[in-house]
Amino acid sequence: MNFYLQGFLTFLKIGLFTIGGGYAMIPLIEREVVERRQWLSREDFLDLMSLSQALPGVFAVNFSIYIGHRLRGLRGSLALTAGIVLPSFVIILLVAMFFSAFADNRVVEAIFRGVRPAVVALIAVPCIKLGKSAHITLANVWFPIAIALLIALLGISPVYIIIAVALGAFAYGKFLQ
Amino acid sequence: MLFLELFWTFFKIGLFGFGGGYAMLSMIQGEVVTSHHWLTTSQFADIVAISQSTPGPIGINSATYAGYVSVVNEGYSAAMGVVGSLVATVAVVLPSFLLVLLVLSVLRRYWEHPAAKTVFAALRPTVVGLLLAAVLVLMTKDNFGSPAEDMWQFGISIFLFVAAFVGTQFFKVSPIRMILLCALAGLLLYY
Repeated sequence: MNFYLQGFLTFLKIGLFTIGGGYAMIPLIEREVVERRQWLSREDFLDLMSLSQALPGVFAVNFSIYIGHRLRGLRGSLALTAGIVLPSFVIILLVAMFFSAFADNRVVEAIFRGVRPAVVALIAVPCIKLGKSAHITLANVWFPIAIALLIALLGISPVYIIIAVALGAFAYGKFLQ
Repeated sequence: MLFLELFWTFFKIGLFGFGGGYAMLSMIQGEVVTSHHWLTTSQFADIVAISQSTPGPIGINSATYAGYVSVVNEGYSAAMGVVGSLVATVAVVLPSFLLVLLVLSVLRRYWEHPAAKTVFAALRPTVVGLLLAAVLVLMTKDNFGSPAEDMWQFGISIFLFVAAFVGTQFFKVSPIRMILLCALAGLLLYY
């Protein structure tokens, strides 16, 4: 089979069978790309993974672009990215159409009234894990809290926060030199 | 021009959404809910719930969903809604392609530069702050009810919030199962 088609189908399968966001895809991508197809060594896989995490954007998309680029250049990236994006695009589109037709339905409304508070909790849970891996301690916990308050209370866009922190850190890094 | 605005908004989200997944949520929320009012806080919470229980990355899911709903809410047809989700989804992916080309050609040389390292070190705790902001912004009357209007709903909401937090954090209940359980609770208690 042609590489582009095979890559597209492999990533389509990964996109279709991982529930719970981009990071849930890592073990599947590893199994397909490193073990089954042997397209990449494990070291290359980890390198590309940390690069994809460091850069902005949707993690699974970044990762697909890098793997595709390493294997077949820009056309490889396009094939793998199309594969990883297509299932969620189609499924969410169907859900959106269904949902805007049934949002006022009493059953749907009752279900989502129960689900909404749980969703807030599900977003709070990774704060702890993410905080640990970002080395947040009692000494520097004021920093993420201050940022959260700037956004939640003053309504400042996270885009400006990211730009301001990056510029500040860059200037500080220059200053240290 | 709605489509242009959709494109530009999701392009920005793709360009500045550091930390992936959940960390992108507050970026999406800030743009789509707070500044453009394309979705309400409840609709946003619904997308997160749907994204958790369907395949695919949350950044793509919310772009597709917000693209469709914002266009249909403006009074366009469902077909135009499909165009809207296509525009938003392509826009959120595009910066990644541009950045890859940039990284492979130019940035790679500066990757180990001390200034670049300082920037990434500062962005990591920032992303935690963004995630915390998403939690705070979602704690509204729309999502929890208010104790003044309906003590019963507010009490249930607080209980479900605590149960979902404790269940996923300490008892490793999977998020999908948690959402399904709370959906069942909602159905039984509110219908």
